[in-house]
Amino acid sequence: MTDSQTSTTETTVGGTAPTSFLSVRDLRCHFPTDDGVVKSVDGISFELERGKTLGIVGESGSGKSVTSLSIMGLHRNVGKKNGPRMSGEIWLDGQELIGAGREEVRKLRGQKMAMIFQDPLTAMHPYYTVGQQIIEGYRQHNPQANKKAARDHAIQLLDRVGIPQPDKRVDQHPHEFSGGMRQRAMIAMALANNPSLLIADEPTTALDVTVQAQILDLIRDLQQEFGSSVIIITHDLGVVAELADDILVMYGGKCVEKGPADKIFSEPEHPYTWGLLGSMPRIDRELQERLVPVQGNPPSLINLPNGCAFHPRCPYADRTEGLSKTEVPRLTSVGQDHLAACHLPLEVRQQIFTEEIAPRL
Amino acid sequence: MLLYILRRLLNVVVMLLVVATITFGIFFLVPLLQHTDPVMRYIGKNANPVAIAGIKVKLGLDKPVYEQFWLYLKGLVVGRDYANGNDVIHCPAPCFGISTQTQTPVWPTLLHDVTVTGSLAAGAAVLWLVFGVGTGVVSALRKRTAIDRVAMVTALAGVSLPVYFTGLAASALFVYNLGWLQPTNPDVTFTSDPGAWFQGMLLPWITLAFLFAATYARLTRATMLDVLGEDYIRTARAKGLPERTVIGKHAMRSTLTPIMTVFGMDLGGLLGGAILTENVFNLHGLGFDALNGITKNDLPMIMGVTLFAAFFIVMANLIVDLLYAVVDPRVRLA
Ligand SMILES: Nc1ncnc2c1ncn2[C@@H]1O[C@H](COP(=O)(O)OP(=O)(O)OP(=O)(O)O)[C@@H](O)[C@H]1O
Ligand code: SF4
Ligand SMILES: [Mg+2]
Repeated sequence: MTDSQTSTTETTVGGTAPTSFLSVRDLRCHFPTDDGVVKSVDGISFELERGKTLGIVGESGSGKSVTSLSIMGLHRNVGKKNGPRMSGEIWLDGQELIGAGREEVRKLRGQKMAMIFQDPLTAMHPYYTVGQQIIEGYRQHNPQANKKAARDHAIQLLDRVGIPQPDKRVDQHPHEFSGGMRQRAMIAMALANNPSLLIADEPTTALDVTVQAQILDLIRDLQQEFGSSVIIITHDLGVVAELADDILVMYGGKCVEKGPADKIFSEPEHPYTWGLLGSMPRIDRELQERLVPVQGNPPSLINLPNGCAFHPRCPYADRTEGLSKTEVPRLTSVGQDHLAACHLPLEVRQQIFTEEIAPRL
Repeated sequence: MLLYILRRLLNVVVMLLVVATITFGIFFLVPLLQHTDPVMRYIGKNANPVAIAGIKVKLGLDKPVYEQFWLYLKGLVVGRDYANGNDVIHCPAPCFGISTQTQTPVWPTLLHDVTVTGSLAAGAAVLWLVFGVGTGVVSALRKRTAIDRVAMVTALAGVSLPVYFTGLAASALFVYNLGWLQPTNPDVTFTSDPGAWFQGMLLPWITLAFLFAATYARLTRATMLDVLGEDYIRTARAKGLPERTVIGKHAMRSTLTPIMTVFGMDLGGLLGGAILTENVFNLHGLGFDALNGITKNDLPMIMGVTLFAAFFIVMANLIVDLLYAVVDPRVRLA
């Protein structure tokens, strides 16, 4: 209940501070359960520079939320008997977070790093007004701010995220807001302390299609204005198409491809990414043609398939002389800053993409 | 809001009217089923017909039923005089009738005894809220530890053991075995001897509170665990709030709201537990009156307690509903 167990000692985790603003190295987060250990995140690494946007894409259950909660230090009971087991390094602006004390990480939360959640209705406390909830986060990190100043700040934030009549809305409860307005309020809450890292976990999934675009525009504008680094998590590549500088594709708790966004869209080098591209909703496509999901079901994170975890669903698995079923493919460079994990020879992949995939996209 | 309150008040009046009608009906039905004349309850079996007729007139039992009912209702609101010529019993409002045992109005007795029940209930309520909710919160936060297990087993015992048992066991242990406490003396009041009163009330409070505390501990634990899994608790943590704020403010607020509802209902329905507790500890409260009324066949007394209890329950529910509208902003007042 209290944070008394917190250690304040300097981190001794191996590795040196990286130069990039956020650096995640070989992050693993495993949950012991009655059925076995759920390897929700199993060796994810990425870098994120100041003011840049990273899109993490993958279908449901691929470990996207667990990754973001790890960065925020929001997993409970880490290291306790039945709690999740975490390893790897998370460097935020020169400070390592996995080895850091709970209290240290808490102080960064809501201040240096903030998070927007998927469902703004359940993510806000039903009994407190939107203003109270913004002010609370603001004053937690700015105890010197008086009530009046904090309230003005909240009104300004609401105004900034495009909520009409912010001076009235500030005193309303979340249930009095529409879905889109609620997500805007949630964003205002996250921005209360001008965080340098903003993580948006499926910020538009719970919203109407028309509202989705508005919220994405808002996030982009705010990022430019505040200069924060942003991680956008989504299962829909379309969401990050215009927003992300880099994209990381997750499958079964692992990264299968990552690289600059334009490369991921123009020269994707992983069959799973092809599948995601094919299932991307696009306005210029006929409705029935849209949303062809990748065939098959997501893998069990307790018993990942041997070899390439994607092989039971991959149409090209039989073109690798059995390697796909026996050996885990490693992330290898396929271009500048562009990595993919697939056994198919690169030329074969490029040929398949240009001949079979690209014409259908 | 005002309209809502008015509507709820109207509701209360209707409810009470219904209860009054039913109790009045019982007053007529029971003698009918027992083939007795209500008058006989007030007067010896061998009384002469003149005296019987006199009492009939005095109590208004000679009048038609609807008129009696009207007088009964009127008596509740403005009081009434039971008169036969110069022989008058004044029964001030609220007139719940004349006790067959004492031949005096029921209300003053009830009014006197309600303070006993009230202090029993209030003391017990404080105890069970503090210990019940406290245990529930600790159990939830220390889920599946030894503390949690012990607390929940104790709570299960509390829920399943009847008041006779816990009360008598506690008396046997603390009063007769260990001699730490004196037996409760029903004649000692708070004003006459506060110290003795307090120590006399201690076991009744604990006994009654134990019954409820157990329920509250289980309810609090379950609610708290649900609340702790809510997204908005994660949001509170994501804002960088310390755990004491996350739990003490965000989680507690949501946990206490449903408990408040249950508390309101329990306060109203407390009489059941109070009857038994008063009986076990020989306290002279409403529970005693109810039991006494039943054993002595004192119908007006039973009616009085019933109506009074109904009033309590209805008012407690009203207050809880109003409070709920204040604490839970999502409740629409319509
Ligand atoms: N606390 C936990 N205990 C056990 N398993 C967990 C826990 N949290 C997450 N998981 C498991 O980890 C896996 C990845 O979950 P995660 O929430 O990261 O998926 P996601 O990629 O965010 O999916 P979605 O698109 O549905 O949000 C899931 O199989 C989930 O069941
Ligand atoms: S390694 Fe094999 S199964 Fe995995 S994506 Fe490449 S071709 Fe498909
Ligand atoms: Mg998720």
